[in-house]
Amino acid sequence: MELALSVILVLMILGALFAIHAKDLLSAVISCSIVGYGLVICFLLLRAPDLAIVQIVVETITLVIMVAVVLDSTRQEPFTKPDPHDYVAIATALLLIVSVFFLLKAATGSLDPFGEGSMRMAKHYIEGAADKTGSANLVTGVIFDFRGYDTLGEATVLVTAVLGALTILRIRGKK
Amino acid sequence: MVVYLLCFILFLVGLYGVVTRRNLVKIVISLSIMEFSVFLFLALIGYVHDGVVPIVDPANPDARYVDPLPQAMVLTAIVIGLATTAMLMSVIIRIYRKYKTLDIREIKNLRG
Amino acid sequence: MKGMTLIVKKTTQLIAGIVFLYGIYIIVHGHLTPGGGFAGGVIVAGSFILLILAYGSDFMHLTREETGSTITENLGILLALMIALAGMITGIKVFFFNWLPHGTVGELVSAGVIPLYNIFVGMEVAASILTIFLALLIFKEEVTKW
Repeated sequence: MELALSVILVLMILGALFAIHAKDLLSAVISCSIVGYGLVICFLLLRAPDLAIVQIVVETITLVIMVAVVLDSTRQEPFTKPDPHDYVAIATALLLIVSVFFLLKAATGSLDPFGEGSMRMAKHYIEGAADKTGSANLVTGVIFDFRGYDTLGEATVLVTAVLGALTILRIRGKK
Repeated sequence: MVVYLLCFILFLVGLYGVVTRRNLVKIVISLSIMEFSVFLFLALIGYVHDGVVPIVDPANPDARYVDPLPQAMVLTAIVIGLATTAMLMSVIIRIYRKYKTLDIREIKNLRG
Repeated sequence: MKGMTLIVKKTTQLIAGIVFLYGIYIIVHGHLTPGGGFAGGVIVAGSFILLILAYGSDFMHLTREETGSTITENLGILLALMIALAGMITGIKVFFFNWLPHGTVGELVSAGVIPLYNIFVGMEVAASILTIFLALLIFKEEVTKW
């Protein structure tokens, strides 16, 4: 189980590295979706079919939108002459990465080990949840009954993002 | 525990891309990689050994279910991620029509 | 935007309706099987996007379609909010109260108001993703026309 997850995660990391360093923007976009489709297999291994259904459709639509935008603008990466700012940025990034990695590694000490979660919170959601909400799918029960406020907030964020995109795209600028 | 560390490494790859790249499309790609790693981390926390899918089966009453709470959190966040990525893409296409370039340093110089 | 060749058009004709029906199935059975409003809404939006990509947008009135999808989106979230508020009026005065009878677990008509939330949230998600796609399409066409 852990072995299969590790192999897929290593493939996803390689895909992410290639997506960041590719010379052509179209191949960068397509290798970014290696990470997305690898995530689908991880969700199936982790017994989460709801997430797998959503992720596979969302990844396809994201790919369509990104390819449309890249084909409409330029495909070349604007590599001009090497810039002294680049070395400063890389040094900053390495410093940031090392410090954040040590913080995260220290934080794993307080996590439960993999596969033995204690479920302090979810115990009350699982015990007799089908009688409380009447829904056989526990995830839907949590989304719309126990955590209704969360879902209302997320739906509001979705509407706000759509209104923002409409405002950006449909407004007529001064020529 | 190896799985958690690899998940953190995926997050750090996205962070490296956001800090060092100059192309706007590359920055959006790195942001979505960070997003994916956070989704995977939340799904990893909820996994239980020999757990079954959290759907109640009346024929098998005392099964051991996987934690449904992180799955419910991630399910809504994925759809939000699609909407915000599309909004960032519309910002990018607008910027390219105005300045004819995707390089963030050139855009900063043009604006003064 | 121009459409694609005849083979693509015929194949899309056969597939798009089945994809649409599959999305409706996922939404309606959201409280019994994996899926629900969020997953089914994205699939329904995907079937419309497939049709637009294959047939082109020359014969469509894009602005009118966009107005319709914006209204559908706002109507979906308004109706979901109305159902949540109806919990304040009936029975125990709690926001998001499950005020319909629950029925037996495992049947299609059960679980109180959860299927209604699924339907309205699915409507909202499908309309919002379609709205973003149509807005990008209108932007591209307007600029090439100038």
